[in-house]
Amino acid sequence: MLPQDRRAFLKLSGLAGVAFASALFPGHPASAQAADFHFIQFSDTHWGYRGPANPDAEHTLEKAVATVNVLPNQPDFIVFTGDLTHTTDDPVERRARMKRFREIVSALRVKDVRFMPGEHDASLDKGEAYKEFFGAPYYTFDHKGVHFIALDNVSDPAAKLGDEQLAWLAADLKQRHADDRIVVLTHRPLFDLMPSWDWTTADGAKAIELLMPYKNVVVFYGHIHQEHHQNTGHIAHHAAKSLIFALPVPGSQPRRAPLPYDAASPGKGLGVRDVAMAQTAKLTEVGISGA
Amino acid sequence: MIQRRVFLLAAMATAAGTVRLVQAGTNEVRISAKKFEFNPAEVRLKVGQPVVLVLTSEDRIHGFKVPDLGLRAEIVPGQETRVALTPDKTGQIVFFCDVFCGDGHEEMGGTLIVEA
Ligand SMILES: [Cu+2]
Repeated sequence: MLPQDRRAFLKLSGLAGVAFASALFPGHPASAQAADFHFIQFSDTHWGYRGPANPDAEHTLEKAVATVNVLPNQPDFIVFTGDLTHTTDDPVERRARMKRFREIVSALRVKDVRFMPGEHDASLDKGEAYKEFFGAPYYTFDHKGVHFIALDNVSDPAAKLGDEQLAWLAADLKQRHADDRIVVLTHRPLFDLMPSWDWTTADGAKAIELLMPYKNVVVFYGHIHQEHHQNTGHIAHHAAKSLIFALPVPGSQPRRAPLPYDAASPGKGLGVRDVAMAQTAKLTEVGISGA
Repeated sequence: MIQRRVFLLAAMATAAGTVRLVQAGTNEVRISAKKFEFNPAEVRLKVGQPVVLVLTSEDRIHGFKVPDLGLRAEIVPGQETRVALTPDKTGQIVFFCDVFCGDGHEEMGGTLIVEA
């Protein structure tokens, strides 16, 4: 489906679709003959959150699953870029939230689903419960000519990738060619988006340095609960919306408190993202029906 | 711990743009951390006057990060973490906990208010 058609469909179906029209990869497409595919990014679902920023918190995730399930053009796979669950000090409750989260998302029609931790999932127990439910917190996979790298900048509660993971990343990148298409998935921004709000990764600059020699790198992340697009050199970083509540534009208010819930438009600021990877790759923000 | 303190002193001298040595008898300001607040959360300092922040924790490990001064430390229960600085201009400088500590961590922060 061409991006134009997709927008038309989203309008017809009453979904709020806004295309972010820019080439996904800044360099020339490394393999123009690579098969066309798309994936969907979910982020910051915070299952278990209760609070005024989303009085409908118990249903938002189910609505997002239902919205994606009726998309006529189902994605090849779905990624969740962290904060699957909202944090709790109680290890039993943490596991109960992860279990329920997993049940809800198992209703997705697409069965190829990849997870990453956020600090709410992993920082209090260094990823112990997360690994029980979702496996390795950092890993790679390949899909139709694109190399995906999931990075974990949350299992260390001080928001570090750590030397071990950086060495692993360096070893993985050594096997790539300079013009390979590489997609990095992670929770926190790897760059200093807003240090005074702690919107950064302590040693993220080291990961960016390792990625710099590669011409076709794009990063998708979450954590900041809003759409955001910024480059470090030729590398584009795209933050996704949350599925629980929106956070303010960086620096727009003194504190990074959640934006107030708007009963008149409850799904405002929430959504998932479709990423179409082809010669004219596009990002499309998809609102949640019924939210 | 000793090594960390030395590092913080060096970092401060650079960040504050001053070569002034921290004198014995420098003013100490105690800041206590617990989930999810610093006490006091507002600390008044005088410009050009060396100060040592003495950080302690009542419950668990917290972080103390001051991005504008290029400074961070960890606050471990049962220990005093000492951070020396000499503010070189007036204004407000934010600090916050950067070690995720639970539901409320995002609100754990404070302000250094530097006065003439
Ligand atoms: Cu804390």
